[in-house]
Amino acid sequence: MKQSIIQWFRFASPQTFYPLAGRLIPWFWAAAAAFGIAGLWISFFVAPTDAQQGEGYRIIFVHVPASWMSMFIYLVMAFWAGLGLALNTRVSGMMAQALAPTGALMAALSLWTGALWGKPMWGAWWVWDARLTSELILFFLYLGFMALQAAIDDPRRADKAGAILALVGVVNIPIIYFSVKWWNTLHQGSTINMNKAPSMAQTMLWGMLLMALCFWMYTIAVALVRVRAIILERERHMDWVKYAVE
Amino acid sequence: MQWNSVGEFFAMGGYGFYVWGSFGACAILMLAEPFLARRRLSEVRKSLIRERRADELELQQRIS
Repeated sequence: MKQSIIQWFRFASPQTFYPLAGRLIPWFWAAAAAFGIAGLWISFFVAPTDAQQGEGYRIIFVHVPASWMSMFIYLVMAFWAGLGLALNTRVSGMMAQALAPTGALMAALSLWTGALWGKPMWGAWWVWDARLTSELILFFLYLGFMALQAAIDDPRRADKAGAILALVGVVNIPIIYFSVKWWNTLHQGSTINMNKAPSMAQTMLWGMLLMALCFWMYTIAVALVRVRAIILERERHMDWVKYAVE
Repeated sequence: MQWNSVGEFFAMGGYGFYVWGSFGACAILMLAEPFLARRRLSEVRKSLIRERRADELELQQRIS
């Protein structure tokens, strides 16, 4: 028991995490590509035309995964930031910092694809609806987190300030998730509901899940690349860093 | 498969602009982001290698 805890803490050190991340990255790229190819195939060639929305509904295959990831990445980012704040582990803050740009990208894609879906279906690129507004706030939370960290020179202090912002912002996640239930919104209800059978064709569901897995693997891969860069940037005064690069 | 021709596939039943605008934006951003992240990593690596070489050179000069 004690041995296994020590093993886990070993990876909390940048020196051991850097090579581990390097070994993991190719596997996550491969998984992202495999899920992406399968997901795109289903999205365009297997999933049938929607009865109400014609071919326009196919935006769902990128819109839903991007939206899910924008919320999920925020939770993971806040988790790492909080862990760093509580335990003062060095890699935690770096992980939070590495995840933020990818989270912002997913939020931006969610808003962009949503606008392109809203225009033909609702007749408007944007409405100040609870779901859309809370997602926009999420996007600004990511930008605020990145700006705050960039504004503080001392990385450890930047981590602490960022962590507090990230943890306060967590309250927005359930608001986004339940917004379609709590308020009367223009945005359609959740596509997947835990309590009842999915209301969409099985193949549509599979396409969406495969694309979500692709986005998930992509996120892990790109965040690991970025965290490696952050590790080297922040630890460059340490001896091990000089011998870690070839 | 529901497409009879390539043109029909790209037209997306009249929703071509919206569907390809969505998938295209995802493709562009999800190719650009890994490229930028890798460039950031390779830049810090290069500068570390330069630093190490400079240290080694200094050490050699001091010995000789």
